[in-house]
Amino acid sequence: MIIASNVTKQFGKLKALDDVSTTCNKGECIALIGPNGSGKTTFIKCILGMVVPDSGFITFKDKNILHHWKYRDGIGYMPQIGRYPDNMTIGQVLDMMKDIRNKKTALDEDLIKAFSLHNLLNKRMRTLSGGTRQKVSAALAFLFDPAVLILDEPTAGLDPVAAESLKEKIIAEKEKGKLVLITSHVLSELDDLVTRIIYMQEGKLLFNKTIEALRHDTGEDKLSKAIASVMTGLTPNLSSKERKF
Amino acid sequence: MKKIIKYVITDILRNRIVLVYTLFLLAASFSVFALEDNSSKGLLSLLNIILIVVPLVSIIFATIYVYNSAEFIELLVSQPLKRKTIWLSLFTGLATSLSIAFFIGAGIPVLIYQANIIGFTMIGVGILLSIIFVAIAMLATVKTRDKAKGIGAAIMLWLYFSLLFDGFVLFLLFQFADYPMEKPMIAVSACNPIDLSRILILLQLDVSAMMGYTGAVFKDFFGTYTGIVFSFVTLLLWIVLPVWYAARKFNTKDL
Repeated sequence: MIIASNVTKQFGKLKALDDVSTTCNKGECIALIGPNGSGKTTFIKCILGMVVPDSGFITFKDKNILHHWKYRDGIGYMPQIGRYPDNMTIGQVLDMMKDIRNKKTALDEDLIKAFSLHNLLNKRMRTLSGGTRQKVSAALAFLFDPAVLILDEPTAGLDPVAAESLKEKIIAEKEKGKLVLITSHVLSELDDLVTRIIYMQEGKLLFNKTIEALRHDTGEDKLSKAIASVMTGLTPNLSSKERKF
Repeated sequence: MKKIIKYVITDILRNRIVLVYTLFLLAASFSVFALEDNSSKGLLSLLNIILIVVPLVSIIFATIYVYNSAEFIELLVSQPLKRKTIWLSLFTGLATSLSIAFFIGAGIPVLIYQANIIGFTMIGVGILLSIIFVAIAMLATVKTRDKAKGIGAAIMLWLYFSLLFDGFVLFLLFQFADYPMEKPMIAVSACNPIDLSRILILLQLDVSAMMGYTGAVFKDFFGTYTGIVFSFVTLLLWIVLPVWYAARKFNTKDL
């Protein structure tokens, strides 16, 4: 569904993305992991067209996305830090997004119910806590029943109950045959979610493996341990501080 | 596009600054007209207030508003919307609300006290200045990522257009005092929308006699039909060029 070919992006001296190529298909749940500043969010933003790559290209359903905008109809995006116009209430933000998307078919309001956001519809966005904002972002990402879900650190800041219902929702959507892209630092959380791991470091795609292959290769059952063992194998000269990741 | 303009305008109206600006203009214009016994003298005083305040408020408010909507813009960009639509809607929303604020604040008192061609010119020029400085503000915001730098640039631009430019013109006049500078002065005045607006209104007010020979040349040029068309086209160019350039920049900007 999404194919990235040799995507490179430079911010000043920093190479945020260095020749990244990958393919993402329907029904997959892909975890993008890597240390802070490894280019995960930049890669996601490239897919969304928020960052324009210096070279290389990304196709969505076999169409180059450069300077196109219609394709975003099929993407639900939950940003890392969801910030909304301060003066609007939750209800107004939801209505505005419905108005902009102008979707004819039924809306998916499961998460609005699960997070009981209807009780907060009159709250202004600036009065919301970080966690509640995350709930609004998550609800918005799933609201229009998109074919692709892109979630940037979805559970950061959510309480355990909300995180659990979000996880259930992600699994349910994956079962429906949607493509889900997640970045996260909480590896234990990804254990029962993901089917494939993409590991990035300093803008490079270090490895790209299905979770079964990863478990098989490392002999570890837990994702965090498997990653740790791969990382020590991949980069033997990392300092101990970096290895701790 | 209409939808986003609607959201931008409602958001700006909820922000009380525009309301305060309207009330300030109302208070200023009514008091100026009440103080002067002759309403065309009042218009002249109001002109000076407008030429300082309107560009200042438009450029600063628009700059800060665009920076504060960075997240909102980011949210919209991730939606199935054209970038150009987002940018032009933001511009239209800002320009409309500031123009309405100007029209209510200064336009209505002018219409009450001085509902003639001079009054109409003044309202038109004020609205054009509001839009021009929103356009310039949007150019400044698209060029700089840093908020403090962007607002600084906006203030510098305002200083340049309302103070420095006049100094530069004076310098030019003194340096080339031995040459006939009257005709080139017309071209130079087109480089500053505030000057152009001032000339337009002063010529309507018939005080151009006080501006000496240059005033006479200006009257010859700007007093004619071609001159008025020229100045309005120039003012429109001051809107179109920054908006066009900023929209082009925004199209490839990384958010």
